[in-house]
Amino acid sequence: MLDNFPLWPERASTLAGGVDALFIFLLIVSGLMTLLIFTAVVYFAARYRRKPGVLAVQIEGSTPLELTWSIIPLFVFMVIFLWGAVVYFKGRTPPRDSTEVYVVAKQWMWKLEHAEGQREINELHVPVGRDVKLIMTSQDVIHSFFVPAFRMKQDVLPGRYTMAWFRATKPGTYHLFCAEYCGTQHSGMIGSIVVMEPAQYEAWMGGGSGGPLSATGEKIFAELGCATCHRTDAQGRGPNLQGVFGKPVQLEDGRTVMADENYIRECVLDPGAKRVKGFQPIMPTFQGLVSEEQVNALVAYVKSLATPGPAGASSAAAPVPPSKAQQTKGSQVN
Amino acid sequence: MATPNDPQGGRENYLNKHYGVWSWLLTTDHKRIALLYLLSITFFFFIGGFFALLIRLELLTPASDLVQADTYNKLFTMHGMVMVFFFLIPSIPAVLGNFLVPMMIGAKDLAFPRVNLLSWYLYIIGGVMMLHCMLTGGVDTGWTFYTPFSTAFTNTKIVEAGLAIFVAGFSSILTGLNFVVTIHRMRAPGMTWSRLPLFIWAHYATSIIQILGTPVVAITIVLVAVERTLHLGIFDPKLGGDPLLFQHLFWFYSHPAVYIMILPSMGIMSEIIACFSRKRIFGYHFVALSSIAIAVFGFLVWAHHMFVAGISLYAALIFSVLSYAVAVPSAVKVFNWTATLYKGSIRYEAPMLYAFGFLGLFTMGGLTGLFLAALGINVHVTDTYFVVAHFHYIMVGGAVMGYLGGMHFWWPKISGKLYPEGWARLAALIVFIGFNLTFFPQFVLGYLGMPRRYADYSHMPEFQVLNVLSTAGSTVLGIGYLLPMLYFLWSMRYGKPAPDNPWNAAGLEWKTASPPPTFNFEEEPVVTWEAYNYEELDAPHPEEVPVVR
Repeated sequence: MLDNFPLWPERASTLAGGVDALFIFLLIVSGLMTLLIFTAVVYFAARYRRKPGVLAVQIEGSTPLELTWSIIPLFVFMVIFLWGAVVYFKGRTPPRDSTEVYVVAKQWMWKLEHAEGQREINELHVPVGRDVKLIMTSQDVIHSFFVPAFRMKQDVLPGRYTMAWFRATKPGTYHLFCAEYCGTQHSGMIGSIVVMEPAQYEAWMGGGSGGPLSATGEKIFAELGCATCHRTDAQGRGPNLQGVFGKPVQLEDGRTVMADENYIRECVLDPGAKRVKGFQPIMPTFQGLVSEEQVNALVAYVKSLATPGPAGASSAAAPVPPSKAQQTKGSQVN
Repeated sequence: MATPNDPQGGRENYLNKHYGVWSWLLTTDHKRIALLYLLSITFFFFIGGFFALLIRLELLTPASDLVQADTYNKLFTMHGMVMVFFFLIPSIPAVLGNFLVPMMIGAKDLAFPRVNLLSWYLYIIGGVMMLHCMLTGGVDTGWTFYTPFSTAFTNTKIVEAGLAIFVAGFSSILTGLNFVVTIHRMRAPGMTWSRLPLFIWAHYATSIIQILGTPVVAITIVLVAVERTLHLGIFDPKLGGDPLLFQHLFWFYSHPAVYIMILPSMGIMSEIIACFSRKRIFGYHFVALSSIAIAVFGFLVWAHHMFVAGISLYAALIFSVLSYAVAVPSAVKVFNWTATLYKGSIRYEAPMLYAFGFLGLFTMGGLTGLFLAALGINVHVTDTYFVVAHFHYIMVGGAVMGYLGGMHFWWPKISGKLYPEGWARLAALIVFIGFNLTFFPQFVLGYLGMPRRYADYSHMPEFQVLNVLSTAGSTVLGIGYLLPMLYFLWSMRYGKPAPDNPWNAAGLEWKTASPPPTFNFEEEPVVTWEAYNYEELDAPHPEEVPVVR
């Protein structure tokens, strides 16, 4: 039992150092505050213990002192606040050109799909030194994607995407936890992040996939008949989706929204909610007709249309690798 | 004061004036109602404590071998619900507040004695409903009821538990209302706002939170029940709802609820520290106003429970900075209490030992709050044992230490008997050691990344050593909590009779008999002195200090 007794978590992402530095700063600050108060209490308690014939000296208080011990802590707090905000902003802002991984959480497993098409369950392979952006949603209740070694955590909600990112710095296998209580097998909703050297990772990726996610999306797009209206010329009854992603969109009600992942998702599932200016409300909802994975593929496809050229044709068509490390004990619940 | 310092001679008091079950169940005497509450919250405390012990025993080994995952999930849920809603929130206000608020301001009773009794009945009805819910299956959502798990996925007794809390919530609202009206309207002549004991200021601030916050959680519970039973889309995205809306509503009450638990305890600290250092509290006005500041700012920080839940970056910024703002008045209190010790004449009886314990544990709980309010750190430690340790340092280390300190301090007044001092000091020490042994390892566990609410950690054997330490501590802590109950009960029969003012303490409650007569004072007191007039009390001839003119 004692041979495996760490007191500090491993540091394996570019974010971890920043979090640890602030944590150590706070340990020092609060250590000093504790020392100050404990020393004062212990010293006063011993020095001024009751002695016969000695009366307490009544002191009303002191406004300068009150101001001192309000303003100095407030100043220190603001330093901590700003530092914490900087670390948080870094962790919440995925760099451009990150590799994308779509995450679908459900009771009680993690389904991960690389933009290149590889699918995994409860295990995510990533290379060292590359930015990885997670686009996450849940099929049922709220979960939370937590990798202690990366100092990274983000709740995963049903009905929308939440994002997170990391860049791993050290090869190894790290815990992936669900951190938001999600029912019976919550503590079984765990997995691992396998960080590999780039060469190893390429070999692993070479294991093949069913083609990039955007290609899957293109297929679904065709099968569902989306292309009938969303044509690539100006004649369609729906908006032309070429070059739409990542740009502002004028809505019928006068608002302008950014065409991000959540917007595309909402347009598929609730097309009436944010209708593009100049188009009729004729699109049917696909709520209940497409799975979370299919929505992800559609989003990936629409994203691929943002840049001219064929939808990311990198890996050749090959069988999907078998899902590894299936360690969920629970039955599938939908 | 006409009564001699002689509690023996069969003098009539609130305890012996009437006999029989109905004289208790139909009483409108705030002191008797306080005792009814004392019995009931002690009952729930030991139920909640029993759950806690089972949780700790389960976590002794990584595998879930003592209980199944489902049972474990119910255990931590019921532990949280019982401790928060049926012990911590009513603990100090409904027991010590009920007993002391009228006496400290020189009133005969609370403003609405029958409403006060109604509060207790609501609490009992809620409590019985909660017991029924537990005995017929319980709930497995965690005390936080997060949607859509609670509304669409679990098949446990959500609505029953919700209704129990809903009913008990009205008990809390009515108690708060009663205190506010009483403090405004029933102060004795001369008892101005700036002469009020800080215990009263703390309860006033607490009452504001109870009145303004509790209805919001009541509404939230109703909405959960409506969505669950009628499938009306409020929180569940499948029905067009928003799960974050639930979290906003829930924490709008449940964050201030933390201050319902800790503010009264802070009030007790001021009373004890003043008495046992024989001094007026340093910076009285700042301590009084800091209670109000905490109550006000406490309403503006709720979303710091949601930094990784999917709120916007800018919302997170605002709630982080406001969370630091609320830390200032708490720090001000700690500094003022420490400064009060300076040049005091300090005694180390049990209540003061609890106060020292409070200072230590609350300081650590507060400082770890600074870690959690820092956005960058919060991402890593939220939903881990770091949070569990932090709020136990505040709610158990702080609030319960204060509660026990207060129980010892006023026990002679409440029961008319002295508790055994040696045992009480021992218990204070055991609680302090047991507490730290239980919860300090959890800070380390949290930073290592152990998520809370895990029944099983067999894939993470590296967490076991710290969990074993924590479980060991919890048994020590359990003994520490059993001891006071045993010797308080013992003292009721065998304790030495208490004089009216065993501590020679300031405050109107000490100027009447122990135990007090039914209407508290033989004559209405008139206050001509400031709070904590220890200088006068310790002047060479204390018996000559005029009490009632």
